[in-house]
Order: sequence, then C-alpha cells, then structure tokens
Amino acid sequence: MITIIDYGLGNLGSILNMLKKIGAQAKISTSKLDIEKADKLILPGVGAFDNGMNQLRERELMDVLNYKAMEEKVPTLGICLGMQLLGNSSEEGTEKGLGWIDAATLKFKFDEQNLHLKVPHMGWNLVNEKKGSVLSKEMYEEPRFYFVHSYHFVCKNPQDELFRSNYGFEFTSAVEKDNIMGVQFHPEKSHKFGMRLLSNFAAI
Amino acid sequence: MLKTRVIPCLLLKGQGLVKTTKFKDPKYVGDPLNAVRIFNDKEVDELVFLDITATINKKEPNFKLIAEISTECFMPFGYGGGITNTKQIDKLINLGVEKVILNSALHQTPSLIEDAAKLCGSQSIVVSIDVKRNFFGKPEVYTQGGQTKVKASAEEVAKLAESLGAGEIFINSIDKDGTLNGFDIDLIKRVSSAVNVPVVACGGAGKISDFVSAVKDGGASAVSAGSMFVFHGKHKAVLITYPNYGELESFLK
Repeated sequence: MITIIDYGLGNLGSILNMLKKIGAQAKISTSKLDIEKADKLILPGVGAFDNGMNQLRERELMDVLNYKAMEEKVPTLGICLGMQLLGNSSEEGTEKGLGWIDAATLKFKFDEQNLHLKVPHMGWNLVNEKKGSVLSKEMYEEPRFYFVHSYHFVCKNPQDELFRSNYGFEFTSAVEKDNIMGVQFHPEKSHKFGMRLLSNFAAI
Repeated sequence: MLKTRVIPCLLLKGQGLVKTTKFKDPKYVGDPLNAVRIFNDKEVDELVFLDITATINKKEPNFKLIAEISTECFMPFGYGGGITNTKQIDKLINLGVEKVILNSALHQTPSLIEDAAKLCGSQSIVVSIDVKRNFFGKPEVYTQGGQTKVKASAEEVAKLAESLGAGEIFINSIDKDGTLNGFDIDLIKRVSSAVNVPVVACGGAGKISDFVSAVKDGGASAVSAGSMFVFHGKHKAVLITYPNYGELESFLK
C-alpha cells in the first residue's frame, strides 16, 4: 500500500487517481497508523515551506516519518514542495526541513540575460537524466513534465541528483538518494510521462 | 517540445459538455469527465473549461464538478465562469485549478483581477475577452456570455487586464466560434500587439494550419479550439480527438 500523506496542502485527488489508473494500491491519509503500515510513501504538497513543515509537526507526523524513511527505509517520493521538504532548509522560510537529503532550497535568481524570465517557473519543461534510476525505467523519449515553483532544490552531493532541467540556468528537477526520491514537477499533471514515473515508483 | 500550446477549450452547461456556434445553439457533446479521460490518453498538455451559463444565471462555479474534473485531469487546466470574488478563486486554486479565467468580472469589479493576481500570482490569472464584429466589421467586446456590449475596444480591455495583473489574455471570436473556418487573425493581431503578456487565440480553428497562422500572422503565443477537438466530419458527429503530438510538433516547433 502506498500512503499519500495528507497534511492539508492541496488537492491530492489526481495523484491517487493516477495511481489507481496504473493499478497501484494507494490511499490518501492523515493518520499515523496508515503511514506506519505503508510500504511506500508519497509526500505531496503545494505552498510555502514553513507552512509545510509546521503542518507535519502539528499533526505529529515527524517521528513516524523519520522512522519510516530513515530506519525502515521504505521508498519515499516527495512531489513539488514535498521534494523541497526533503532537504535541510529553504530561502522561503526559517523552519528546518526533514534533512533526509543534504540540500537547500533557493529562490530563482537570474543573470542579466534571463531577467525576462518569470517566477514561478510554470509550465511544461524537459528533464535530462543525470543518473540511471528505476524511476526513469522505460521512460518515453524526450520526457517533459509540468512544473509550478518559485524555489529550486540544490544538492550538496551532486550524486544525489537524478534529473536536471533548464529555466534560465540548469537546476535539479529530481533527486534520489537510496530510498528517498523527490521530483520538483507534478507527475500527476504530466499525463503519460508522469504515469510512467509513478508506475515505476509503484513497482519498486 | 512544442513551443506553442494547443489547448482544447471545453464548454460546460450544467453537468454536461456542449459546443456552441457563434455562442448560440449549445449542442450536447457528452460527459466532461469522460472527455477528460479521453484527453488524458492523447498527450494534451493543457485544458480549458468554460461554464457558459454560470454568469448569466448568476451562479457560483460548480465546485463539485470542478473537483471531479481536477481529480480526473492528468494535465494542468484552467477554469472560467461565474467567478465574482477572491474566496471562490482561492477555493478553485485549492481544488487544483491551475489557471482561473475571468471575463465579466473585469467589467463589473476590475479590482477583482488585481486582488486575484496578488492572491495567487499573475501566472494563474487569465482574462478572456469575447469579441463580435458589428455590421461595419468593427470588433466590439461583449461580456455576460456574449450578451452585453462593452464600450471599450478589445485592445483597451486587454491593456486594462494586463495593467491589473492578468498573466494571460484569452481572446475569443464570437463570429468564428464553432465555424471551423479559421481564426480572426486581424483581431488576434490587434490584441497581441497591444499587450506583452501571452495571448491565447480561440474561435474558428478547423485545422492545424489555422494554428500556424494564428501564431505567425496573429502573434498568438498559444492556440485553443473547441469544435475541432469534439466534432468529426462534415455532419459534425461527436468524436473527441486531438492531433498526434509529432504532427503538431512538425508544424509548430
């Protein structure tokens, strides 16, 4: 069972629905018990970094999440803000992140030639694979995904980077370190590409 | 990757999906959720839903249906129709609507555009402008589902929308709606040259080459079509279709 963690941020319906369509067992839940029982976790999320961390704390999910991700090492996928929470910190706020991946989230800053670019980065964009991963197994050609974000993830260890994309400069659009994975884009809004990625995650 | 977005524009009336001709004679074309499921399998990168009776009937957006659409939709989508306040906009964004489309509101309460842009960012706020040419061929702006004429020109309305914080202009030709005989290129050009934000051309597309002229001759950043994607053949049998991505790429890359 994949548990999609509901901590009050955004509509999770399309993630669940896409998992259902590919035949995976999944459930949206806010309960510790469902997180405890899960053999995989999805940490979704939209909105501000501090609010995300505060919600996880207020719902007293930190211990069970740390146990599942770090001790039991269940495959865990962060999506959008959920990916940013995997790191240590964000320029968007002052709260500490989950710290499962050694990384910081920074605001988009462009050089002079790219000052015309708007933030958030919103729309479809291509990804380049930095390393092989089960997530990109049998991926379609020229994979593109749908992004909406104003901040980007910066890994301390380049070997944790999974995909890079370009928006004014190259940034990390997906990460993978052992059982911890994160994607900056929305697979649930990236039709066949997202479906392939989620079905690869479900098959781990 | 496609440089030009090609967006199916789907019209809601009550619980059903319809297609109009010149904003009249809504013909039932099926269930919106079923249409979404078909588009999911066709590599469609964006959808637009417009509720064509919400404003006229003074009704709120149908949040229940929109939530269902959002859950079914494996691509980003925009929604317009019956939006009159920021509370509704906030709710739509929370339901997973990526872009909120405002039309009549711009003329009734222009401050709503400003407030909405502050609330969720310009990138999520689209202003749509419906235009019909008069007897002398002069383009005139209409609101309330094409029922009420506005004094300002399409260019003026587009500029106002941009100055209030709209991140995109959706220009729809009432005369061309449902005709499949090509865009009103002159109208698209007037609007696209008046503003710096992306302009989405809608109304009249019948074939891929129409998209090309909207972009090349009209200066549109993106194109949208209804009939072309819901009807098939000269008798207009209902069939949800979308061009093959490779074919679109060969024309629009």
